[in-house]
This record gives sequence, C-alpha cells and structure tokens, in this order.
Amino acid sequence: MGGAWWLFYKEVIRFFKVAFQTVLAPVITALLYLLVFSHVLEGRVRVFEDVPYTAFLIPGLMMMTIIQNAFANSSSSLIQSKVTGNIVFILIAPLSHLELFTAYVAAAMVRGVVVGGGVFLLAVWYVNVPIYSLAVILGFAVLGSAVLATLGVIAGIWAEKFDQLAAFQNFIIMPLSFLSGVFYSIQSLPPLWQTVSHLNPFFYLIDGFRYGFFGASDVPVVLSFAVTLLALLMLALLALWMLGHGYKLRQ
Amino acid sequence: MYSGPAVAIREVHKRYGDIHALKGVDFTIDQGEFFGLLGPNGAGKSTLINALAGLVRLDAGQMTVLGHDVVTGYRDSRRLLGVVPQELVYDPFFRVRETLRFQAGYFGLGREVETWIDELLDALNLADRATANMRALSGGMKRRVLIGQALVHKPPVVVLDEPTAGVDVELRQQLWGFIRRLHAEGHTIVLTTHYLEDAEELCDRIAIVDHGELVALDTKRDLLARGISRTLHVYSEQKAPKVPDKLRDKVKRIHDYCVELRLERDRDSIVEVLDALRDAGTRVCDLRVEDDDLEDVFVQLTGRSRQ
Repeated sequence: MGGAWWLFYKEVIRFFKVAFQTVLAPVITALLYLLVFSHVLEGRVRVFEDVPYTAFLIPGLMMMTIIQNAFANSSSSLIQSKVTGNIVFILIAPLSHLELFTAYVAAAMVRGVVVGGGVFLLAVWYVNVPIYSLAVILGFAVLGSAVLATLGVIAGIWAEKFDQLAAFQNFIIMPLSFLSGVFYSIQSLPPLWQTVSHLNPFFYLIDGFRYGFFGASDVPVVLSFAVTLLALLMLALLALWMLGHGYKLRQ
Repeated sequence: MYSGPAVAIREVHKRYGDIHALKGVDFTIDQGEFFGLLGPNGAGKSTLINALAGLVRLDAGQMTVLGHDVVTGYRDSRRLLGVVPQELVYDPFFRVRETLRFQAGYFGLGREVETWIDELLDALNLADRATANMRALSGGMKRRVLIGQALVHKPPVVVLDEPTAGVDVELRQQLWGFIRRLHAEGHTIVLTTHYLEDAEELCDRIAIVDHGELVALDTKRDLLARGISRTLHVYSEQKAPKVPDKLRDKVKRIHDYCVELRLERDRDSIVEVLDALRDAGTRVCDLRVEDDDLEDVFVQLTGRSRQ
C-alpha cells in the first residue's frame, strides 16, 4: 500500500494548498444559503414535527457540500493532470488500478468530509441541531463522499477538456443535488415530482443523512442505505474497469 | 543477478485505427548499453517507449525490462525503468523537492530515499531551487526535474525521450555530462533524439525505425560504414583547379585551391580520380577524405531528412 498512500497524501496536500478555494469557499457558500433561506422561510415551512426549518436545512446543506466537494476533488485533479500531462508520472508508477482508485477516492472523501464538517461547526453557532445517531451521520457522510468521489474519478477520466467536466458538473451533479431535497422535504411536492425524486440517488443520501440528525426521514433509512451502497458498488465497478483498461488514460 | 537483456522487444504491433504504428518491431538492448533509437517524426519511437513504460497498450507481441513483462509483471518492470518524457510536464501545485518526494513515494520508497533526493538535487544543479514552486522554474530547470523524477527510484534502465529538445547548448552539454555519468555507473541508457550528432557522439548501438518498422540496427561504426558515399577534398597548387569532363558530375563545389568531389564507396576509385585530375593538368598537393555522417546514413535509410 506504500505507493497508494503517497498518492493519497499528495492528493490531500494538493487541495489543502488551495484551501481558500477548496475548503473555506464552499463552507461560506453553504452558510450563505443557510442565512438566506432560513431568514426567508423560517416559520413558514414546517417539515418535521418539532424541527425548525433552519435546523432541518443544515444536514441538507452539509450533504450537498460533501457531495459537490468530493466530486470536485477527484474530477478536477484527474482532468488537470490529464490536460497538463503530468499524469504520466502516476501512470508509469507501479500502482495497480485498485490502488489508483483507492487513493483518488479516499482523498476526495477527506475533502468532502472536512468541508461538510466545517459547515456543521459554523452552523451550530447559529442554530441548535439535534444529533439522533452519530453512526448514521458518519455512515452517510462516508458513503455520500465515496459515491461522489467515485463519480468524480469516472468524470475526470471521461472528460477530455475542462468544458466537458463543467458540463458534467453543471448538468448532472448540480441539478441532482439541488433537487434532492436539500431545501425541502419531498413530501411537500406534488405526487409526480415525489416519484421523480425517488429516482434521484442523491435524494437517498440526503434523506438518510438527515435521519441521523432527527430520527425522521421521508423513506426508511435502511432503503436509503441500500440504494447508496448499491450506487457506490456500481460506480466503483465502472471506475475500476476504466482504470484497469486504461480507458482514455493509456492508449 | 539477471544476465539477460535490459530491454527485449518481441514482434510488437500497435494500431491506432487505420494507422499501423508498430509493425512487428523486434530487438533487444543489452545491459549497460548506451542505445540510440532514431527515426523521423511519427516513425514509432515514442509509441515504443510509451509501451515500455505502460502508457501504451500493445495489440500483439511482448516487451520485457530485465526479464519482467511490462504487462503481466508491470510492478517489477516499472520499478526497473525510469522514463524522462518528451513533453515538459509538471504539477504546478508543488515544489521541486515535493515533486521528487511524491514520485519516490509512488514507488513505495520510504524515508531512506531522502539522501538520494539530496544527491539528485545536487547532481542536477537544483539544490538551491529545492523549495521553489515548479511554476517558477525556467524550462531548463523543469527539464532537469523531469530527469530527477525519472531517476528518483534508482532504476537500472533509463529511457530519455528527446531530452534535449528545445534546450540551449550549455544545458545540453550539462545534461549529456550527467547522462554519461549515469552510464558510467552502470545504467542502461536508451535515448531517442532528433540531434543525430548527439546519437553519433554518445551511443554504442543505434536502431533506426521508420513507418513502424526497424530499418537498421547496428553499432555506430557499422552503421556509419553503410554510408555509400564520401567526399574527397583535393587541394591543388594553382587556383581554380582544372577538372576533366568525365568527373564533372561528381563535383560538389570548387573554391580557391580546392575541389570537392562526391564519390560512391563501391564504384569510384580515389586513385583513378587523382589520375584523371593530374592528366587534366591539376597539380595535387594535398587531399582529405570525409565519410558520410549519421545524418547521411539516416537519410539514405529512411528516404527523408530527419525534419
């Protein structure tokens, strides 16, 4: 595991070197959402019994931040290495496809969890957030960041230019994360949109994560866990296949 | 101790769509050799090197580095191989020393490599720039970091893909000095270069590839002996020496006291040429024979100039 550990370490150092952009900025963005939405909607929307809207919002914002940053880390590192060409130094090293996968995904998970944790630490100054089950919270934080880190590996390998990656981010990741119930409970949607939301894998991440805070959710937490685990397995198999076959990496 | 070839290339084929980039190339490079791989642009040199490094997947055939298959035994083959890529690539996030340390880490090297990194930085004249960001380096310095990255895991076989492309004369000499030292220390060196004079000066054996095929593989001396022509410089006592008609088509140029004639190695006899000149009234006082250089041989074998 020596070589993979160094690649993981390099990837972590890489985003900490630009922490303003990779850690602080997303934390601030999430807090701005919190300030604006809680100011506008507090007292008007009631989702769960006894849960103020602002408290309801925090887990959603945390998971959205985790998702977006885990994806951004693995995908942007890979595409930058590909475009600048320095990826050859990783490809000529004696690292297996499993080691490459583990290193990129684990580093992206660190970023997702660090940023998500940052949102929590600042948000609890603002509003009291209950913790129903720390294990569920951590479990979904790890799972969510792993799913998106893996998707980032896939997108980073697939994209040949920054434009394609931006399209992936803006047309897939952003809409799916915004429409997954970050700002509302899908129970409040018309039946058609409730059904559509159930097809969005990010919905299960946020719903399960929220269960860890309030002990209440739109769908059973076991279902959320199963769906995200299945998504992770399928995406991981695809990413490993791409790395193993050198798809778009080795000619 | 493995005594087989440093690099063995066996009947390798590679296609990119309709382009047959490697057509059954087959040769070996011995341990301790300084080996030149030459060919015009697009001949297949980089494809060969990249396949050796695992950056290109072959359609058929086999390659080994010190006996380890580059596909089935890639961990060993990559540990034994150092590659200096042709492009000036670097990660702008990191400093010089970090770049080398991470690269060593990918090869599973622990703290023991730190001393070697110091030695490398010294040898490559980078010690005072160790904490500089890669972005802040000049092109020549970046090139030296690339060489450092290729050597950081102490590979016995070192491949340099056009290491002096776009490098000024002074740095070129420095780089060759360093590479000569590596060779003297027992490394096998494989070099591709556009500068035929470099290959001529440094390499023991030279392979020439063209259109994905090996067109020549020989020692430098034998390859140079293949030159089918040479130039005869004849110096006369009088200005504008007289040349008989039968030698007219061999004249390259006449200037002051000298006439230069292009002679074919197997057909033209120097003695007969001198006799003919003397009969025409030229009093010969000196002469010099110049063999073809590698560039001429290269052009004859590939049918085109290296540019």
